[in-house]
Amino acid sequence: MSATKTLFDKVWDSHVVHKIQDGPDVLFIDRHMVHEVTSPVAFLGIKNRNIPVMHPEKTFATADHNTPTINQHLPVADPLSANQLRMLEENANEYGISYWGLGHAKNGIVHVVGPEYGITQPGATIVCGDSHTSTHGAFGAIAFGIGTSEVEMVLATQCIMQPKPKRMRININGKMSKGVTPKDVALFIISQLTTSGATGYFVEYAGEIFREMSMEGRMTVCNLSIEMGARGGMIAPDEKTFEYVKGREFTPKGADWDKAMAYWETLYTDEDAIFDKELTFDGSLIEPMITYGTNPGMGMGISNDIPMADAVQGGATTYQKSLKYMDFNEGDSMMGKPIDFVFLGSCTNGRIEDFRAFASIVKGRKKADNVTAWLVPGSHKVESAIKEEGILDILTESGFELREPGCSACLAMNDDKVPAGKLAVSTSNRNFEGRQGPGSRTLLASPLVAAAAAVTGKVTDPRELMVELV
Amino acid sequence: MAYDKFNILTSTAVPLPIENVDTDQIIPARFLKATERVGFGDNLFRDWRYNQDNTLKEDFVLNQDKFSGKILVGGKNFGSGSSREHAAWAVYDYGFRCVVSSFFADIFRGNCLNIGVLPVQVSAAFLQKIFDAVDADPSTELEINLQEQKITLLPTGESESFDINDYKKNNMLNGFDDIDYLLNIKKDIETFAENTPL
Repeated sequence: MSATKTLFDKVWDSHVVHKIQDGPDVLFIDRHMVHEVTSPVAFLGIKNRNIPVMHPEKTFATADHNTPTINQHLPVADPLSANQLRMLEENANEYGISYWGLGHAKNGIVHVVGPEYGITQPGATIVCGDSHTSTHGAFGAIAFGIGTSEVEMVLATQCIMQPKPKRMRININGKMSKGVTPKDVALFIISQLTTSGATGYFVEYAGEIFREMSMEGRMTVCNLSIEMGARGGMIAPDEKTFEYVKGREFTPKGADWDKAMAYWETLYTDEDAIFDKELTFDGSLIEPMITYGTNPGMGMGISNDIPMADAVQGGATTYQKSLKYMDFNEGDSMMGKPIDFVFLGSCTNGRIEDFRAFASIVKGRKKADNVTAWLVPGSHKVESAIKEEGILDILTESGFELREPGCSACLAMNDDKVPAGKLAVSTSNRNFEGRQGPGSRTLLASPLVAAAAAVTGKVTDPRELMVELV
Repeated sequence: MAYDKFNILTSTAVPLPIENVDTDQIIPARFLKATERVGFGDNLFRDWRYNQDNTLKEDFVLNQDKFSGKILVGGKNFGSGSSREHAAWAVYDYGFRCVVSSFFADIFRGNCLNIGVLPVQVSAAFLQKIFDAVDADPSTELEINLQEQKITLLPTGESESFDINDYKKNNMLNGFDDIDYLLNIKKDIETFAENTPL
């Protein structure tokens, strides 16, 4: 008799090679993605042990974290960055791993290109030395970020050792209101759970709001799972998922497709399966969101006022330290605050749908003079779509420029750094102190909110600019 | 890479009573450009330790001579954010062998265990006792006994037990790492790989 299982249980349990009593599970990894920043020490590790990569065909390398977003055809100026990129290329070549380096047609952010080329598949276990690997959970995969020691484990043995997380389901019914995007849904959830509310759990997102979302939207939601402490988040695959995956370079073809589909169609949570924790929200109450503090849990509906310290979870000292860094006060309204930078991009919001949303607001308007805008596509494929769909023309007409793909100002490892004290509206995933450059201040928001800020020069409710479009 | 064995650690502690200390504070992304695991301790808490002109921020705890030791004590949700193992490397390289908090972010905790830094999770009340004791007297010593899974405030003898699974405990007591284990079951993994659908 087989017990009822959650989606997460089905995928996890079928990948356990070995269980250790009072210890972790040995989990087999189907797809491993590596980038230049968290892999060099792992490759060095297997070199020092003199062992090969066990399954080079299951590992994929792309350069993204530490790459320039202009003049990618020129040599990388920063010697440390250039060295890291060279190491990735050399390691990939030495071990026979696919490598999509700077300038390669398939290059882009690891979590954008994985799905684009069909490396990401339902029911797979996917890891990468990057916490936003949770993105791939949008396809019903178990996907999560790992440390460099674990990157080394996967290279050496195609396995990692992890205690099985607990199961949480977040149900959201209702539809997204006008001006609300998947990013707002995710920021709303994090604001309710705090940045540690899902630590120790793997989340399944269920309900109408996620069913109705595009694959891009689901990726945005799953991407941000880590920001509430969850190892990852996943959504049961459906026709939309299969349609997206079909025909991509690395997806199964012919008889293999049929075989894969037979497995993928079993990937749902059984009706009476039990979760360790279950939460339900009404999606119709979610507004366009904005953050006001220094972690992604410090978010609120854009028209609200910054909460008073005694009204929030956690210590007042930490809360006030955070507001002091942001140069905001308890009770402040965010609306109308002048901003300096806008960043559209990242593995959270660097996909074609995000550029469409941004363009829908800036169309027929002009970039505000006080705003520096960095528009960074998640990949060359996204960049091509932006051009083919005529979005580039809209952006150019409105005074915006498009940069080349990469992680860019999301973590500001390259030159795309927001200067100290400057305020940025950013579609990325973290508003930590100095995240976008030492001393920088970040407001996390959707592409619509970012676009509204870009054309008005201040924090603006995008719904005000959408009125005429209805 | 096998690491130092951990048995009993007796040391003074460095208190950081801030919640949600994230990995970008522990080590900012711009210091992740190395290709070897060296020198990360220099940039531990870089932007809290140094002003932008590289002068010391005198009031930050790591810059106060009265606080030192191999134990870092942080507020709730320590290590949230990215998966960068560099954060754990920076903690280790600076000289810490143990981090105490009332709650750890998942990936950071795993990374610490994988490189030989012991994460010790205590109750919020015990954490506050440690902060108070160290604040009142920075020479206060803590004892971390891994075998007994016990943390003790030595001056008062107050103690609390902490959790760690037997597998990881054994690894830390002996300085073993996961790759040693995985290589030993390589045949099982190969058999499994032959039967995976993807």
